[in-house]
Order: sequence, then C-alpha cells, then structure tokens
Amino acid sequence: MALRRPGLRRAAGPLLFAAVPLGFLAVFFLWPVAAIVRLGVVEGGLAAVWSEAGTWGLVGFTLGQAAAATVVAVLAGLPVAFLLARVRLPGAALVRAAVLVPFVLPTVVVGLAFRSLMPDGGVLAIVLANAFFNVAVVARTVGGLWAHLDRRAEDAARALGATRLRAFTSVTLPALTPAIGSAAAVVFLFCATSFGVVLLLGGARYRTLETEIYLRTVELLDLSGAAALSLLQFLAVVAVLVAGAIARRRREGAQELRGRAEVARRPERGEWVAVALAYGVLAALAVPVVALVVRSFSGGFAGYAALNTTGYRGSLQVTGVEAAVNSLRAATDATLLAMVLGVLASVALVLLGRSGLRPGFVEGVDTALMLPLGVSAVTVGFGYLITLDALPGDLRTSPVLVPLAQALVVTPLVVRTLLPVLRSVDDRLRQAAAALGAGPWRVWREVDIPLAGRSLVASAAFGYVVALGEFGATSFLARPDAATLPVVIGRLVARPGELNNQMAYAACTLLMLVTVVVAIAVERLRVPGVGEF
Amino acid sequence: MRRFIPLVALALVAGCSVGSGGETAGERKVVLVTHDSFAVDQSVLDRFRERSGITVEVRSSGDAGALTNQLVLTKANPLGDVAFGVDNTFASRALDEGVFAEHRGPESDKGQQRYAVDDSGRLSAVDVGDVCVNVDNALADPPRTFEDLADPRFKDKLVVEDPATSSPGLAFLLGTVAHFGEQGWQGYWAQLKANGVKVVSGWEEAYTQEFSGSSGKGPRPIVVSYASSPSAEVGDDGTPRTTALLDTCFRQVEYAGVLNGAKNPEDAGEVVDFLLSEDFQETVADKMYVYPSREGVALPESWAVAAPLPQNPATLPAADISANRQRWIEQWRSAVQG
Repeated sequence: MALRRPGLRRAAGPLLFAAVPLGFLAVFFLWPVAAIVRLGVVEGGLAAVWSEAGTWGLVGFTLGQAAAATVVAVLAGLPVAFLLARVRLPGAALVRAAVLVPFVLPTVVVGLAFRSLMPDGGVLAIVLANAFFNVAVVARTVGGLWAHLDRRAEDAARALGATRLRAFTSVTLPALTPAIGSAAAVVFLFCATSFGVVLLLGGARYRTLETEIYLRTVELLDLSGAAALSLLQFLAVVAVLVAGAIARRRREGAQELRGRAEVARRPERGEWVAVALAYGVLAALAVPVVALVVRSFSGGFAGYAALNTTGYRGSLQVTGVEAAVNSLRAATDATLLAMVLGVLASVALVLLGRSGLRPGFVEGVDTALMLPLGVSAVTVGFGYLITLDALPGDLRTSPVLVPLAQALVVTPLVVRTLLPVLRSVDDRLRQAAAALGAGPWRVWREVDIPLAGRSLVASAAFGYVVALGEFGATSFLARPDAATLPVVIGRLVARPGELNNQMAYAACTLLMLVTVVVAIAVERLRVPGVGEF
Repeated sequence: MRRFIPLVALALVAGCSVGSGGETAGERKVVLVTHDSFAVDQSVLDRFRERSGITVEVRSSGDAGALTNQLVLTKANPLGDVAFGVDNTFASRALDEGVFAEHRGPESDKGQQRYAVDDSGRLSAVDVGDVCVNVDNALADPPRTFEDLADPRFKDKLVVEDPATSSPGLAFLLGTVAHFGEQGWQGYWAQLKANGVKVVSGWEEAYTQEFSGSSGKGPRPIVVSYASSPSAEVGDDGTPRTTALLDTCFRQVEYAGVLNGAKNPEDAGEVVDFLLSEDFQETVADKMYVYPSREGVALPESWAVAAPLPQNPATLPAADISANRQRWIEQWRSAVQG
C-alpha cells in the first residue's frame, strides 16, 4: 500500500542500499549510545545538571571554540584547496599527501607541541590547534569538487568584464558552497568533540562538554551527569547538522563537471596571491610538525633505533615497527569497510534525492550518518561495554571492534567527500546516456563513476589516514599486543625516561612518513574511466 | 554493483586477518582485565603457563578510574576473570558495587596483607607506587616538606597536575588532605596558589614539558610525580638527576582480585596468586615503575640510590577517599581556580 506513491516505489531500491549503512549505524552506534544514556536517565537528576549555570557556560564555550576553529580552518583551507585543484605545479602530489599529516598526529603530541610554541595560549591555542588538525578536511573536500568545476563559466565572467575577485565570489564560490558546507559541518563536529587538545591546552581552566562527559563517565561514574551533558551534546550536534543541511539544500545543484586535467594550469597574475596564501598556510602547518621532527632527533638517532624495541625497559608490549604494522592492518580493514558503507550510503542518498521523496527524509538519513562524528568516543565506548555482549561472540573483547569503531568515524567522511560530487553530476548527461540505450548500471559506470572516481579515490586515501590516526576509540578498544602507532605514542609519552620520549617523537615521524606514503600510493591507484574522460 | 563484490570479499578476508583465531577446546584461559600501564614480560607469562597450564590473556584500557568504572558497569557480565589495577582511591567503589569475589591463596600473607583495604579477602595488594614531589638536583637548597613548597624561595617553581583529570594530581591533593587535615588543606592550597603553583591537566605536560629535570628541560624545577621517577633519570655516570622528596608522598596501592562471575574462579584465583608470586613481583619495578607488595623482593640496583621506597607516606582510608573525592575536588577547584 505504501508503494502506491510513485516516489516511494522508485525509492524502494535505494532504501535497500541505505539499509546496510543504517543498520551498521544502529547496531554499532545508536544502540550503545542509547543504552548508556538510558542508564543515566534512570538514575535521575538530569534536570539539576541542566539548571546549573556552569552547564550552559560549557555549552557556550564548546560551540564557540568549535565555531571559531571552523572559521579558521575554512579560511586557511580554501587557498590550499585552490592549490590542490587548480594549479599545475611540480610536487603537487606530495603537497596533496603532506596536507594530511596534521590529521594523523596524536592529539597528545600536537597538544604538547602547541604548549611549547604558545606556553600561555589558552583559548587561542585551543582554536588554532583544532584548526591545525582540520585544514586538511577543508582543503581536500573543497579541492575535490573544485578540481572538477568547469573553468569556462569563470572565464566567461572574466570575458564579460568581471574582476578576478568578482568572478570568484559570484561564479566559483556559489558552485563550491555545497563542498564548503560539507567540510565545515565535519570540521565543526571534530572541533566540538575534540578532547585531548582541550584537556592539554585548556589546562584546568577551559572545559568543554566533551572533556566534562569524559570526566563524569570515566573518573566519577556520574552517569546521570554524563547523560545530561551527552543529551545536550546530541541536541547541539543535530541542530548544527540540520542547519547545515538546510544551507546545502538551497545550494546543491547540477554543475558541469570536468576531468581534472582540463582545469589545472599554471597560475596567472592575480592567482599567484592565492598560491602564496596557500604556501603560507602550508608553512604555518609545518611549524608544529617540524618541531616534532626536531625533537625526535634530540638524542641523535637513539629514538629511531628504539623503534625496533619495546621502549626503555620494555615499556610496551609491541615494538614500534610492529605497532606500525598493526596500524596499517586495522586501517586497511576500517577503510575497506567504510568505503563499502560510504559508497552504498552516498549512492542511496543520491538516488533517494532523485526519487522525488520529500527532501526532509533524505536529509534525515544524511544527518543520521554524520552523528558518530558529533558524539563523545567515551559515550560510545562505555555503551559498547553494556550492549555488545548481547551479540554472538562477545564483540566487547574482540580485536575486530577496532576497525569497526574506526569505520564509524571514516564512513561519514567518505559520504561527505563523495556526495557533493555525485550530486553535482548533470542529470542531462545521464539522460543522454539513457537515451543512447544505456541501462541504469551502464549509466552509473559510464557517467557517475568516471566523474566521481577521483573523489572516490581521494576519499579512500583520506579515510585511510583518518583511520591511521584515530586515537579515541582505538585507545579504548585496542589490546596491548595489538596497539597501533598513536596508542603506542600515547603510552610512551606517559612514561618517564629520556629514551621513551625520543622514541615517542620518532614514532610520530614514522607515522607521518607512513601517512604520506600511503596517501600517495592510494591516489596512484588508477580508477577505470577517469583517464579517458 | 559488480565492482563492489570483490571489495566486500576483500573486506571480509581482511577482517578475518585480525580475527581471534579461535580457541582450542579444553584450553585453560584466564582473561586479565587491567589498565594501560600494566606491563609484563611475555617470558614470565610463558613460565606461568608451563607451570600451571593456564594461559593469561591481557586486556587493558584506560587508567585506574576507567578500569574501575568499566568493572562496575559490566559486573553482570564481566569482561574477564581477574582484574588488576584498581587502586586505593577507587577500591571502595569497586567493593561496594560487589565487583570482586573472595579469594585467599597461599601467597596472600607474604607481606601483601600490610596494604589490605579490609579483611574480606576480595582485593590483594600487588604493588605500591607512591606519589611524591620530585625536584631537579640542579636546584640549590631544595625544599623537603609540604610546608617548604609554600615558601617564597620556591615562588613559581612548582608544577602540579589537576586532581580532576590526573591520578598523581589526585594523590597529591589527598596527601595534603592527610597532612593538613580537613580544616587546613584548603588554606595550604591558597598559599601554594599565592606562591605561583602551576596546574596542568596531566602528568605528561607536568613532567615531560614543565619540569626541568626530565628530557623536556622545562622551566620549573619542582613537580608532582612518583617516588620511582628518579630511577629513570639516572645519568650515564650513575648519578641521579632528580630526587623524590620522601616527606611529601602519598601511598597508592594497586590491587588484584577475582571477578564475580569469572568463568572459572579457581583458575582465576591461581592468576591472582601468580601476580603475588616472587616471579611476577620481581618484575614490577622495572616494568611498571612501582614497588613490589611482597616482602623480601629485591629492587633493581639503580633504585636503591635513586628511588628508595618512602618509609612514612601519607595515607587515607579507602572508604574516606570514596566518600569525599568529588567534594574535595570541587573544593580544590574553588580554592585554586576560583
């Protein structure tokens, strides 16, 4: 009966696609979070927390610092996106990969690096450090779409007498808005839930919802207080996502997409300003990174030699090299899983959007997929403890849980990178293909996949890197004999002994190297069809 | 769609690569749940397996607080059979919630009884790790007592950890409560504040970045750390670069116990006995920077010079800590940060 409406009938197929990622989300996210929040709600006393003035101060500071960091990250990310998308310069592949480095660095070492660069930094240090992590999100998400925008629209505006700035603000920027909105939403969620940075740089003075939820859950076992704050966090995140979705709804539309080779060229005159800005941003990003590398050599090569050991007096259960292998294995699993889930979700969302269903429903699905980025890792982790034993094989203690939890974080990023590009594919291209006799699969293969192929690969590389650097869930779930590099670095920094410290920083350098190599290697993968386009 | 299928297949194969590999029927396995500072040589576990036929599987995450709260949350269906790492600041909560079962083994009275929480036999003391003020030996005429730290001579010299976010920070706060009493400790902290004490959120920042005696070569020569920390800061010529002030210590004791609901309580008890045995106790100093609870276990050579066990540390009853922790932290916040 429900299928009588034509929109719903056309939506039946895509809904099946969407069922897989949504099911995953329900089991590994909604259920555990609901269970732990329910425990707190049953204890009662939530209203008391909500009526404290301090609680609203927390909400204000959390959202304020996240908004500020998002603005900084977007402003810094745009020139880099331009560089990645539009400029044909030697070493572009290396820059594309190097931009990802901040993202994988464990928050504890970045926090320490920022503390030494800005000893009394306070709020400014928190905002800059959060932005530091997230410039890559903006640069890569926006760059992904920018690389495929048809350059001729701008050229036409220029030919009609528009200045370079005017052509950018009235032609390019509106076309990029969906990607900027996507990136800003992701960055905002990362900043709103950032934990280590706020703890280290905020000292004892500045606290956010995330650090307070952690304290109440982990140290005080004040589950009702944690639940009260988690619900606030949840509401704030949903409000931001809905606002973002409404902004996107107005902007997202068909663009004429082109292959990258067509749009990249040597910069001309005024464009050099943007290029200079981009290199300025890259140089700023490099400051903490270089500081870390310099520290890794504070004992000559001792820290690097120690990577083949388990640290000073055997501080670890694995060697640094074994931890690197563990990282690669878990990240491979997580990325493959996230690609499957993310591609299914993106395709479903695109098809649902075309099926004539109410846009509110499609956006609801879209928003739900983003939620894992906005909810505290400790809430999810403690939720796992009280729910996942009900599944066969007691997943709570299984090593499989690490890539599963990482995939939860990576999947929304895949969706956010892929979706703007897929949605921008001009429907007329598709209709033309269909008119020429192509079936639905053939249309996807000949039109959508070639156009989105580069974004697909880019999102895989990005997802892989995110999984490599993931610390919150991994440190909670990884067994000591399967510790990943970020977890190992965290443990080394937490122990006395000069060698442990040198080894921690050497491990950071190793992590950066692995990141760059992996990002370059993944992006070299040839996507069928892209080359011919 | 066809191109997704190999991807799914690959994901399944890769997923298997990290799979548990399955258990052999009849194998005696005990899961030890612990915090992430736990460390042991595989060879010690191997010797125990040869002796007893029991394989110990270690599962660790978080700090002592996270461990305790995980145990409380999962008490209906525990994550393992034995837990190690609940300390005296969290012991009462775990005992009140009925997390542990009684176990009295042949190793329980070899000195460990000195650190018992109560006489119910549910928690056995495995190690002792005192939190003490550490000083850089480059500092001329260093302080010796709690009171000295408030002396203007040491203005802007001390860095401590936030008791809300750091376990040594909490231990130091408890040390001041034990030393100055319920009436006096807040006044003492007001003096410390006036004397320029710096508060950071964790041990990592305090010790490796702010402290001048560690590899970070920070600006402050006095830091809250552990009695054992100087053993890791011994120069190539054998002289220690830092010293722990033995009159400023608060005793942290770490316990192990059999979990209620353990699959095989007898094997689990054997693992607790193993943690108390000489073979394991000999390794705790080197591996975890703590002191053995068992009497007559030798410390590593460098410890005798650099890190002797404090003789008269401050302590508070576990039940008092449990009852007052949250209030003390809040009072501390308003005294130091208000």
